[in-house]
Amino acid sequence: MVEKTPLLDFLTYAFLILGIFIVGFPIIYSLIATTLTLDEVSRVPMPFIPGDQFMVNMKEAWTRGDLGTQILNSFVMASGITVGKIAVSMIGAFSIVYFDYRFRVVAFASVFCTLMLPVEVRILPTYEMAANILSPIQTMWDLLQLDRLATWVSGHEISVNLNFSLLDSYAGLILPLVASATCTFLFRQFFLTVPEELCEAAKMDGASPMMFFRKILFPLSKTNIAALVVIEFVYGYNQYLWPLLITTNPKMTTAVIGLQNLIPQADDLPEWNIALCGVILVMLPPVLVVLFMQRWFVKGLIEKEK
Amino acid sequence: MIKRSFFKSRTLPYLLIFPQVAVTLTFFYWPAFQGIIQSFLLSDPFGRRSQFVWFYNYVELFTDPLYLKSILTTFIFSIAVAFVSISLGLFIAAMANRAIRAKAVTRTLLIWPYAVAPAISGIMWLFLLHPSYGIVALGIKNWLGIDWNPVLYGRDAMAMIVMASAWKQVSYNFVFFMAGMQAVPKSLIEAAAIDGAGPFKRFWFISFPLLSPTFFFLTVMNIIYSFFETFGIIHTVTQGGPGGSTNILVYKVYQDGFVGLNLGSSAAQSVILMSLIIVITFLQFKFVEKKVQYGG
Amino acid sequence: MKPLKLCMLFMIVACLAIPASVFAEPLTINWWHAMRGPRGDLVEHMIGEFNASQSEYKVVGTNKGNYDETMNAGVAAFRAKKQPHVLQVFEVGTQTMMLSGAIYPVYKLMKDTKIDVDWSRYLQAVLSYYMNADGNLMSMPFNSSTPVMYYNVDMFAKAGVAPLSKTDPITWDELGEITKKIVDAGIAPAGMVTAWQSWTQIENYSAIHNIPFASKANGYEGLDCELKINNPQVVKHITRLKSWADDNRFMYGGQKYQGPSAEFVAQNAAIYIDSISAIAKLKKSANDFKWDAAPLPVEAGTIKPQNSIIGGASLWVLNGHSKKEYKGVAAFLKFMASNEMQEYWHKGSGYFPITVDAYDSLKSKGYYDAEPLQEVGISQLNRAIPTKISRGLRLGYFVQIRNIINEELEQVWNGKKSPQDALNDAVSRSNDQLRTFEKTYK
Repeated sequence: MVEKTPLLDFLTYAFLILGIFIVGFPIIYSLIATTLTLDEVSRVPMPFIPGDQFMVNMKEAWTRGDLGTQILNSFVMASGITVGKIAVSMIGAFSIVYFDYRFRVVAFASVFCTLMLPVEVRILPTYEMAANILSPIQTMWDLLQLDRLATWVSGHEISVNLNFSLLDSYAGLILPLVASATCTFLFRQFFLTVPEELCEAAKMDGASPMMFFRKILFPLSKTNIAALVVIEFVYGYNQYLWPLLITTNPKMTTAVIGLQNLIPQADDLPEWNIALCGVILVMLPPVLVVLFMQRWFVKGLIEKEK
Repeated sequence: MIKRSFFKSRTLPYLLIFPQVAVTLTFFYWPAFQGIIQSFLLSDPFGRRSQFVWFYNYVELFTDPLYLKSILTTFIFSIAVAFVSISLGLFIAAMANRAIRAKAVTRTLLIWPYAVAPAISGIMWLFLLHPSYGIVALGIKNWLGIDWNPVLYGRDAMAMIVMASAWKQVSYNFVFFMAGMQAVPKSLIEAAAIDGAGPFKRFWFISFPLLSPTFFFLTVMNIIYSFFETFGIIHTVTQGGPGGSTNILVYKVYQDGFVGLNLGSSAAQSVILMSLIIVITFLQFKFVEKKVQYGG
Repeated sequence: MKPLKLCMLFMIVACLAIPASVFAEPLTINWWHAMRGPRGDLVEHMIGEFNASQSEYKVVGTNKGNYDETMNAGVAAFRAKKQPHVLQVFEVGTQTMMLSGAIYPVYKLMKDTKIDVDWSRYLQAVLSYYMNADGNLMSMPFNSSTPVMYYNVDMFAKAGVAPLSKTDPITWDELGEITKKIVDAGIAPAGMVTAWQSWTQIENYSAIHNIPFASKANGYEGLDCELKINNPQVVKHITRLKSWADDNRFMYGGQKYQGPSAEFVAQNAAIYIDSISAIAKLKKSANDFKWDAAPLPVEAGTIKPQNSIIGGASLWVLNGHSKKEYKGVAAFLKFMASNEMQEYWHKGSGYFPITVDAYDSLKSKGYYDAEPLQEVGISQLNRAIPTKISRGLRLGYFVQIRNIINEELEQVWNGKKSPQDALNDAVSRSNDQLRTFEKTYK
């Protein structure tokens, strides 16, 4: 840097390597475990030299945990949340920034108020909502005693039950998590920094609002979108409490939840070699996304949280 | 705020904002509203009878020593997670910032834990800290001479979930500190160096104060993380035990509501959590605003 | 936004009360259960047998996750008026189900559909857990088990202890001596471990010694019941276990991952108390040594020990379906109780056959001579006529109460509380739960 400090530089690198090792240790150790036999992995302490059982264990974990189905479910869920969130919040922000209408401020404020309220704090009513997405209408119906009205009008005994359940469905996994104020807020901030001239020029050329959105705003937002894709994908893929509740059908379970079945419980053989294979396989997709889109990710993280 | 030049359309803006508003109303406002109502009711899970009981559920909670303990546990847990992960993140970032040659590699090697689900982090750490064959547990027992047993001792269980939770957050904090340090003007550092300030002094008197907004922000984010996202860790590793020593608020909401089917109490707990988050968010905005004025 | 569109469609749907039209195809009976893995396969097989045995009804079994997930799914479905016909609920949910108003009691179902069942031919200790105060059966027992004591025969031999009787229980004092021998001689690091501590050490301990777990006949006779587990006998028992914990005669193995059975299998403990359904697991994993099972110990001076109580789950029939469908449900339940099905279920899962006939049939076929382990639990369950105290527990928020008991016991084992204090606290905390429950159903 500014002056020469060889000892300090050495220490810097030493500590850095130590830090990286500490952070990486759980995964290194897990990786070693995935290559061992049950006998080796249950030895205390477990040997540090990798064995040759890697493929055997991986196959076993893949079939036993039904990881193919579950990783696919996670993937669908994560992609759905990512696309949904970005699409919904982008056009929402476009509406807020580029139009003037009566409920603009109200709409923005109502969305903004939900900033930072994670699904976990409203979990029980959201679950009930998902169990019957039409419950608000049903409540209104019951409140207004429309059953009686309908009975009276038609002369028949009529009772209305509105029901549409999102339990055990992709829609149920995705929709409640699509609601996000942070993305809308981010796009709003970004749109506000887009030069006024662009819009002026577009209007001068007689471009429609949607044309402006497609041809100018969307290309300009590409970096932002890429960054959000990484963050939201990871967010969606790693969801835990919501998929835990909303899915009971093993075919709809997501990978992170399904892993539970691979962890040795009290009564099972301590097959950690298999369990950790599952761990590695399940965590791979989001880790790869983060590593390969590192630049966008870092940028996105910092922009998003500011 | 709105652009000086904007479009005019009677229906389009409503159409564009509709999905956002619809999703927000359906999955935020209606559930929140329902939750608040539910918290004033005692009802059976089948929804066949319910009665309005005013603040009974809240009174029960605040007179239940276990709930108060759960609040305390949550705070201890989140502060410990924030402390461990922030200090490690800062330390590694400071090292990486000095190590000019290895910056890109370091970043690659350090950011991936961010992508690991908390529940998965929990599983890996359970393997490391397992009282009968975890390698780290073995080290703790043999070298530190501690009778490590997270199944029996609340203290050990807490340490275990703190480690599993903080590990994942180190990379998050690292990214922010790196960005923060790179934003420190070079000229300032050089000027200080010319005045004879050593590397430690420079860090302490220049970088550190300039990083304080990042600090505050990360503290808030880490606390929120430990409040909610760590649910997966608790659920896979300790289930709130032993003796309720790792039963954090969000886990209790789940346990009472979904396993125990006490809907009123669970709803009241949700409302309390919601208020807590609103307060924290509010404080954050206030504080950050002040910082900006001070700095600007 | 496709789902939203679908929602719009559904908004228009109004269900008019039209009588169900008659179709030629079989009526579907839905059964939501919590059995997966090998048990799930057994269940599927039994359903297949029923469907093949007649053409009027078709039972569809769906696994809805573990016990609490299954109950939640049932509750949510009932609220949305989409409930299955039959729902499997774990024993701690019995009170909630019974008071739900959502159920069609099994005794009534059988009466209404004119299916004659001789309830006296069922294992009484199993039935009594699911009866109301008047002795009417509310739900059909399905998978029931009871705790027994497994022990390491090799270790016993090394310590010079003779193998235990499969019918006559030893006393806790004798167990104390045996474990002392084993630990002192360094044969095993610990004497005994136990699974499900609340169930085995308090609920079953109380039943066997005819000590009330709660007032109002363990809750059968009123919601205003209170826990009684801070009585001198139970306190003495926990104090004894604590003193054993201090000299390694007892080791607390936790509730989940570092389970007690792992300690027994790894030969870290010579004695292991758990449900009879653990036989299958032990057969799979405990191959390095000889082991056997014996009834749970009793206090010295117990002249006639009572029956132990069961755990597991039962089948509840839910309201809101047609008479025709209920006929099918009744036929299905009767079919499941048949000797053939019960023998199949017992052999495959280790859970009890629920009828005396199935038990006798197995016996006459010499099954228990070949599998003597399987009889330990049954004879412990059948050794006495259940009293008002040993027939079972009927508590609201029982899930929470078990949690509370677990927590308080953990405080005893790690030395934070004395047994008396912990049990006092368990009682007062549980009573708070019971009062809230009572208030909800008033």
